Amino acid sequence: MNAWIAHHLHSLKIAAGRFRDAPLSTLFTLLVIGVAVAMPSGLYVLLSNLDRAAGGVKPEVELTLFIKNEVPTQESKALAARLAKDADIERVSFIGKDEGIKKLEAAGLADITAGLPANPLPDTLIITPKESSPAALEALSNRLKEMESTQQVVMDTDWIKRLSALMGLGRNLVFLLAALLGLALAAITANTIRLQIYAQKDEIEVAQLIGATDRFIRRPFLYFGGIQGLIGGLAGWLIIMLGGYFIENSVAQVAAAYGASFDLANLGILELITLLGLSTLLGWLGAYFSVNQALRSFAND
Amino acid sequence: MIELAEVTKRYPGGHEAVSNLSLTIDEGELVFLTGHSGAGKSTLLKLIAAIERPTSGNIVVNGQNVGRMKRPALPFFRRNIGLIFQDHKLLYDRSVFDNVLLPLHIQGMTGSDAAKRVRAALDKVGLLKKEKTRPITLSGGEQQRLCIARAIVSRPALVLADEPTANLDDAYARDIMDMFRAFNEVGVTLVISTHDQELIHRYGGRSINLAYGKMVA
Repeated sequence: MNAWIAHHLHSLKIAAGRFRDAPLSTLFTLLVIGVAVAMPSGLYVLLSNLDRAAGGVKPEVELTLFIKNEVPTQESKALAARLAKDADIERVSFIGKDEGIKKLEAAGLADITAGLPANPLPDTLIITPKESSPAALEALSNRLKEMESTQQVVMDTDWIKRLSALMGLGRNLVFLLAALLGLALAAITANTIRLQIYAQKDEIEVAQLIGATDRFIRRPFLYFGGIQGLIGGLAGWLIIMLGGYFIENSVAQVAAAYGASFDLANLGILELITLLGLSTLLGWLGAYFSVNQALRSFAND
Repeated sequence: MIELAEVTKRYPGGHEAVSNLSLTIDEGELVFLTGHSGAGKSTLLKLIAAIERPTSGNIVVNGQNVGRMKRPALPFFRRNIGLIFQDHKLLYDRSVFDNVLLPLHIQGMTGSDAAKRVRAALDKVGLLKKEKTRPITLSGGEQQRLCIARAIVSRPALVLADEPTANLDDAYARDIMDMFRAFNEVGVTLVISTHDQELIHRYGGRSINLAYGKMVA
């Protein structure tokens, strides 16, 4: 057991020594890994913030009820008053035929309205429901449609669907980016390890000749790959932190312009651990493939 | 201890380094492999150490069939053999001490036990005072002795030496041969390749003469 620990410590020391021996190239490699880690994770942070923002803003869903033309305005008004007391309805505002045409005129369409023989607009009720869940909306809308004086009910839920579709697209993009850049991370590690193996060729050859197992030869390289992945992951995290700090002010301004206050959230502790674990694992894997390939290609098989 | 039966080694391209060779070496023997350069001496040593695999035939060392050994078993097999190379194959990025420590380290031996064995091996080859120096500062003879110390530090029962005296002047060569003789006297089996006939005359022992991959009397 003691020998086993000593072995691992020794491998760790060798790995650390290799970082020390090439500080500049180590720095560059860590930077590249950091960027590779930061891109998908940064996008992930952005998305979860957006998700939170979208959840925070209670969407003001409105139903528009057009009343049949033959129904007199008096009756429409009475209907509005009745609906306002409905348990599922928050608020009802009534826009009468005349009011509607005035709005059109005010909007600069007076030429057109003047040419019309009669007012073609229906009385309209703008209904704000108490609940905005899709199921509740659907039920309310069906109930309104069944009323005798209802011509048509229009529900504007498209933007909700669009937002959730966009978020779904964003999540897929995160996965795709993470997969691609994870692959890049493993490849970067494999390449640095390959260069190291080339530099240590004599040592590996001698070690094999005097009875070193593949495992023994592999171990310092695996440590190196894992540590490089871990530090690269930390660098990526740092980049995200700095990026968040950088855009924090402009986010606050945008939020203020929409009359809201919003704090940019960073990666949670669990997400950070996942990120570092993954980057370590990928570095280790890259090293593993690289060393194994080298061990197999060495002559004394 | 070593048994070869109809062993042939053909390299890609058709060159036959060892042809249909059969021989037996008993435990505790001191054997010289002689012959012109290219006669197959080095190849024979590599075959015994499982660095090369035979094209056909059987090689049994320590009761293990070397030719059919699986890759994971090779390291453990090689730990029982001390290898001495003509080009030393020392590691120049570490001290004399650490060079000799490497085989013990590979076998999982560390600490003061290992240090004691390293110093004992260095003492045997007369390099104890140079344990902290780098191999590059040693003379050719000293580098060869360092290579020997590394080969014997794990106390193998079999030592294979490929032209250990090739680049050394006479006094150094005699030094090294005296060392081998001393190892042999404590029971180590030694197989030494050399083209130095005089050396063999002086030290006696069995000699196996190779020519074009075949044994000649």
